[in-house]
Amino acid sequence: MRGGDEEWDEGTPERLYVITGGRSAPTENSSLDLVTLIVAKSGPTPGMQPEHAAILRMCHSPLSVAEVSAYLHLPVSVVTVLIDDLLSTGRVLARAPVAAAQLPDPALIEAVIHGLQRL
Amino acid sequence: MDFKGSEPVVGPRSEDALPETATAAVKVVVVGGFGVGKTTLVGSVSEIRPLTTEETMTQAGVGVDDTVGVERKSATTVAMDFGRISLNDELVLYLFGTPGQQRFWFLWNGLFDGALGAVVLVDTRRLEVSFDVIGRLEERGVPFLVAINSFPDAPRHPIEELRTALDLPAGVPIVECDARDRASSRDALIALMRYLHSLAASREVS
Repeated sequence: MRGGDEEWDEGTPERLYVITGGRSAPTENSSLDLVTLIVAKSGPTPGMQPEHAAILRMCHSPLSVAEVSAYLHLPVSVVTVLIDDLLSTGRVLARAPVAAAQLPDPALIEAVIHGLQRL
Repeated sequence: MDFKGSEPVVGPRSEDALPETATAAVKVVVVGGFGVGKTTLVGSVSEIRPLTTEETMTQAGVGVDDTVGVERKSATTVAMDFGRISLNDELVLYLFGTPGQQRFWFLWNGLFDGALGAVVLVDTRRLEVSFDVIGRLEERGVPFLVAINSFPDAPRHPIEELRTALDLPAGVPIVECDARDRASSRDALIALMRYLHSLAASREVS
């Protein structure tokens, strides 16, 4: 019997609060985009928070923030906090996305077209 | 307990890993109403099985903060599917299929910031759900094209009739697309890129 306790639901705000140590997503200060590619500089170390360790393991080859979120089953806002931790301690590198909002570079668009044509 | 090696391995299958040379990513957003085929389109061109990222919208997030007592906080989970195409050794394209309702867009901060453009996927049986999406993209200055997902039982409209019905500016391309078909979905993306290219070129001239 589990008394009157509710099941520990993976997606509850409470669990997410624990993972980030109560910090909310630094959405304004973070430079991370959904498609920023994250690469680990080293493997996990003992005693590390499991989510940090998992990110370092899966980012041994480049992976976008969105993919990290999907594989960890955690919201992007939470993953952003965790990756910012790893960035500030120099454990991962972030490869910023190509900024294109206002003025897409014709050469970039051509590269995309060529890539799509090979599909 | 938790000994080395007993932890489940999370992350991409080895064949889904990007090469070390992948240095830059771009994104395109596929917008459309529920059931219009966003995930189908993403899945038909993606090199990986589409992944899902979720964001939780708590009551606080929707502006309700008068919760009394010890009631459990309720949270709505909103999911977004996405896929990936490696364009060359360095450049990766991510495709995000996002719900048409703008109130969900803010959940993924910066979803449209830096996006090359958007594909508005339209079901001709439910044109009305597209009006709002198109208006919002125009407001945000996100370049887009309209792709008509050809459902077998959907009414066929001449393209120009649809342009009028959707109140689309003359320059915005409309293409037909079978979201289930890889080549057809790819061609819709290429049409978007050609449109973006023409926009960039005309801006350089002026």
